[in-house]
Amino acid sequence: MTDITTEKARIGAPSAQPFINGFTEEGENLSPVNTGTNTSTTSEQPSAGPLAGASAKSHSHGGGVGIPDSSRAGRLTSYKVADFKPLNGLEEDWRFTPLKRLRGLHTEVLNGAAPVVNVTAPSGVVVETVGRDDKRIGQAAIPEDLVSANAWENFSEATVVTVPAELQAESEVSVLINGAGEAPSAQHIVIVAERFSKAVVVLDHQGSAVVSENVEIIVEDGAELTVVSLQEWADNAVHASSQQAKIGRDAKFKHIVVSLGGDLVRVTPSTRFTAPGADVEMFGLYFADAGQHLEQRLFVDHAVANCKSRVLYKGALQGRNAHSVWVGDVLIRKEAEGTDTYEANRNLVLTDGARADSVPNLEIETGLIEGAGHASATGRFDDEHLFYLMARGIPEKVARRLVVRGFLNEIIQQIKVPAIEDRLTAAVERELAATDN
Amino acid sequence: MSTLEIKDLHVSIETEQGTKEILKGVSLTIRTGETHAIMGPNGSGKSTLASTIAGHPRYNVTSGTITLDGEDVLEMSVDERARAGVFLAMQYPVEVPGVTMTNFLRTAKTAIDGEAPALRTWTKDVKAAMQQLRIDADFAQRNVNEGFSGGEKKRVEILQLELFKPKFAILDETDSGLDVDALKVVSEGVNRAHEEGNMGTLLITHYTRILRYIKPEFVHVFVDGKVVEEGGPELADRLEEEGYDRYAPGAGVAVAPAVQA
Repeated sequence: MTDITTEKARIGAPSAQPFINGFTEEGENLSPVNTGTNTSTTSEQPSAGPLAGASAKSHSHGGGVGIPDSSRAGRLTSYKVADFKPLNGLEEDWRFTPLKRLRGLHTEVLNGAAPVVNVTAPSGVVVETVGRDDKRIGQAAIPEDLVSANAWENFSEATVVTVPAELQAESEVSVLINGAGEAPSAQHIVIVAERFSKAVVVLDHQGSAVVSENVEIIVEDGAELTVVSLQEWADNAVHASSQQAKIGRDAKFKHIVVSLGGDLVRVTPSTRFTAPGADVEMFGLYFADAGQHLEQRLFVDHAVANCKSRVLYKGALQGRNAHSVWVGDVLIRKEAEGTDTYEANRNLVLTDGARADSVPNLEIETGLIEGAGHASATGRFDDEHLFYLMARGIPEKVARRLVVRGFLNEIIQQIKVPAIEDRLTAAVERELAATDN
Repeated sequence: MSTLEIKDLHVSIETEQGTKEILKGVSLTIRTGETHAIMGPNGSGKSTLASTIAGHPRYNVTSGTITLDGEDVLEMSVDERARAGVFLAMQYPVEVPGVTMTNFLRTAKTAIDGEAPALRTWTKDVKAAMQQLRIDADFAQRNVNEGFSGGEKKRVEILQLELFKPKFAILDETDSGLDVDALKVVSEGVNRAHEEGNMGTLLITHYTRILRYIKPEFVHVFVDGKVVEEGGPELADRLEEEGYDRYAPGAGVAVAPAVQA
């Protein structure tokens, strides 16, 4: 009798080849398109803006090429492009981004036509278009990178959405942001939820654009605000979006990022607690197709005591060189006693040749906390999953949809705006249909 | 009354060392209401037979036929075979991320029956079947097989068997890795499905232990990709005492290719 050791289909066993192109054992490496560019240095000191404060005092980017900052708190922030060194792609916060595909957002003056903003708001919500000198600008945000600073220097007018104190908005505020061409441009949006107000604001990005955007969000004491940022761009769009929120006492803030379209989309949401008792939830959903680069880097700054944060980002990837990046920085400062935080990222790789980078970073400067945790997992939908479902009579297309829909639905159902939920469910179905073969 | 007929089946796989033939001419006929046990040592091709009937892409049928009531099973895709009434309880059920058991069971039932089950009776059926198999109710909300123990996965396979009501159930070493209690629970499930009278069973096992709970009418011994001996339940008893050693090359047993009646 012969022993046949390879006879059985080793269900669940890893395949012989690495399934993600370029995936190393460490799970990360530099974006290949960035290597070989020149490193240059500047010696200018950052200037302090109204928000700069302690975080801008020290320029901590002196660690050298490829070495991360010692603390997320030490990152250079400035309203001025000149304060940032030109990017070479080796910086900690740009190392996954293919700079060549930024189409000038990091090198050009952003004077192209900004995407056109159309706001539909329920009664009571105030919508204004204001100039650069409006006093509300710069209240919640200060650029944390060069591309964001570039937008700050170049935007010509801003859209300000204000939910007045104690107003319970009866329906969502829809901010349609429609690309107006491919010349690099700058966008600025301010959302203010005044004390004890309650509202949902949807930033709906569509069309073709090459745009760097700053979104400032102020959630005043006791307010309850949901901001949904949808990136359903056309295939050629390039979008960098810094979305910074300042959270007041006992406020509730829910932030949901949904990135589906575009060639390169990089969303960098951050939330800063400024008073105790606040509760933040940050959700994300992305679906990267062949060649698409979808990046999300978030920051939760527990700067005060007794606040709570929950982060969950889920992504699906399919097709050659589909690339997603998730970096979750959570900082619990010394004074943030009683903090309760948990962040997680889950990726589902549907085909060969896609790549998901996932980096949770948790910095804890005090032991007097309720809890702090992080998790990251990247799973694969492979032939064995498919065989299992099909062996139960489920056709291949249905099986694929079943898995992806179930996986992403957890995020979609957080939106709680039925029309948007339906639209996203349909969009996910389209993504799946796009690569049926 | 249905018939699953396997005739002179030859199956090979691709390995790093080249093509390897695993099944070397297997013939077998199973009818509704019958229970057949396939026994044999490791590597004899038992599981290959199970996976080939279900249509796993790793196995290439080089010659021979499989038919279900005359229909060519080999021409069918994996899902078509399941809808035609073939059910494989897998040896290593995979974890499927993102799909709850509830959603999965309903989707599969809908696919197999060609129409969605009536919600109220379906929910009741699922609950009752889970209870009988001692599966915690909260499993319904968990993802398919995710974080289930080996024994839990096997029970969930039998749960599906009971709910989907196939014409032919192929149990691929469902007993391996089960403790005695779990083995009883699983066997009871198979017997319940069998008692409804519309199912034929192909029970693949390395051990005779499960045959104390599930009684086959026919026993086939597999060695090196072929059926080397066939008989009734008494053959299983003999294997229990003697093991497979007497089928080893040179052991002196006349190994004649079995001919199926």
